[in-house]
Amino acid sequence: MKVHDPGDPQHFYARVLDWAAGLGFVLLTLSFALYLAGPLAPLVPLEELPRYWGLSAPRYRLALGVEAGWSWFARLQYGDFLTFLPLSFLAGAAILAYLALLPRFWRRRELLLGGLAVLQVLVLLLAASGILNVGGH
Amino acid sequence: MLRGHSFVRTAGVFAGLCGVLAAAPAVAWGAGAQAAAAGSPWWVWVVGLFCLSFLLGVFSLLGGMGGGTLFVAIVGGFFPFHLDFVRGASLMVALTGALSAGPGLLRFGMGDLRLSLPAALMTSSGAIVGAMVGLELPVAVVQTALGVTILGVVILLVKSRRAEYPAVPAADALARRLGLQGTYLDRATGEEVAWRVHRTPLALLGFLAVGLMAGVFGIGGGWANTIILNLLMGAPLKVAVGTSKLIVALTDTSAVWIYLHRGAILPVVVAPSILGMMLGSWVGVGILVRIAPVRLRFFVVTLLLFAGVRSLLKGLAIWP
Repeated sequence: MKVHDPGDPQHFYARVLDWAAGLGFVLLTLSFALYLAGPLAPLVPLEELPRYWGLSAPRYRLALGVEAGWSWFARLQYGDFLTFLPLSFLAGAAILAYLALLPRFWRRRELLLGGLAVLQVLVLLLAASGILNVGGH
Repeated sequence: MLRGHSFVRTAGVFAGLCGVLAAAPAVAWGAGAQAAAAGSPWWVWVVGLFCLSFLLGVFSLLGGMGGGTLFVAIVGGFFPFHLDFVRGASLMVALTGALSAGPGLLRFGMGDLRLSLPAALMTSSGAIVGAMVGLELPVAVVQTALGVTILGVVILLVKSRRAEYPAVPAADALARRLGLQGTYLDRATGEEVAWRVHRTPLALLGFLAVGLMAGVFGIGGGWANTIILNLLMGAPLKVAVGTSKLIVALTDTSAVWIYLHRGAILPVVVAPSILGMMLGSWVGVGILVRIAPVRLRFFVVTLLLFAGVRSLLKGLAIWP
């Protein structure tokens, strides 16, 4: 790839990643500050955390009554769960960037690479969908 | 802006303070992790985690590693958090680091999107399976395997001779079909370097294994990507390191969703780790240009050796 070609997919991908990572990082800092400052009550009070953080993930979910998958999304009113929003945004940044890339590959007739990008998006969406956590302990 | 020795001194003082703070929970752990966890207020561990992450951010950047491997071994070994949460935090840390570094590497041509595409497809697929398997395995098994892996990495780091510009007589058929070649501007020499790769099918199998490992241990696996890209495929070292970061972003994206949906993400562990590691990487860049590479290598190898032994002994219940 050319080093100085701001129109190519590589540079476009860089711009999308840059924007998404920056926004995600700012949102994470803000939401964590909100969590610690306490305007939104957490589901688990901070001083009680040491009772929970030694539990395995399945036991922790059981103790909180949270199921595997997207059920955390229904608890965003709690300060601790609000932090999941920027975290999931960061976890979705690469998916957004790849989705944005697809039309560029198509326009440049890079069908093989475009096909790989489509497969990549499908793999990441499969992970993000929560389908694979059905039956997870 | 701080300059020269004053920068190093200030960074050193801050790092020293953080070292003391980070050591405090470890010392407390020595007296009995469970008792300490029950007795210490939550914020002591969180501040300790932030400081440790800061230090790991400095040293992992200086040592050319993402830090996830050290993070899981050291935090998993000395902090009271369950290994599930430590691995979840490590994945988020590695992901954030890769997302932050990616754009710059891409712009300078050191990370190659085209080269990362097939590799990341394999690692991200492997990472899904690895994460699902890893969260089902007993903690002792994961810790023992992690210890063995880290000790293997130490041997690789000591023995391997990474090539700046490996010789690639001819690209293989798959690499030609995918157009896995390019140029990058080497800022050290001011020259534009052309590169191509070979042994692509074998490398893709290697990337699948790296993804599995990343999912099981909750790490980025950037060091393993670099080895495959540089030593097996023949990509120049800078392209290998840069492209490795792009691959980590995809590997950990898929793994982190599995961890997140299974409740293995604890904000109070994740957020200070990310913030500390990012700040540490930022300070590390300032130190990087002023320190001898040989000393760095020695320090990182020593730290890895310690982390590997600790993880192995904890997994085997010899040093619980």
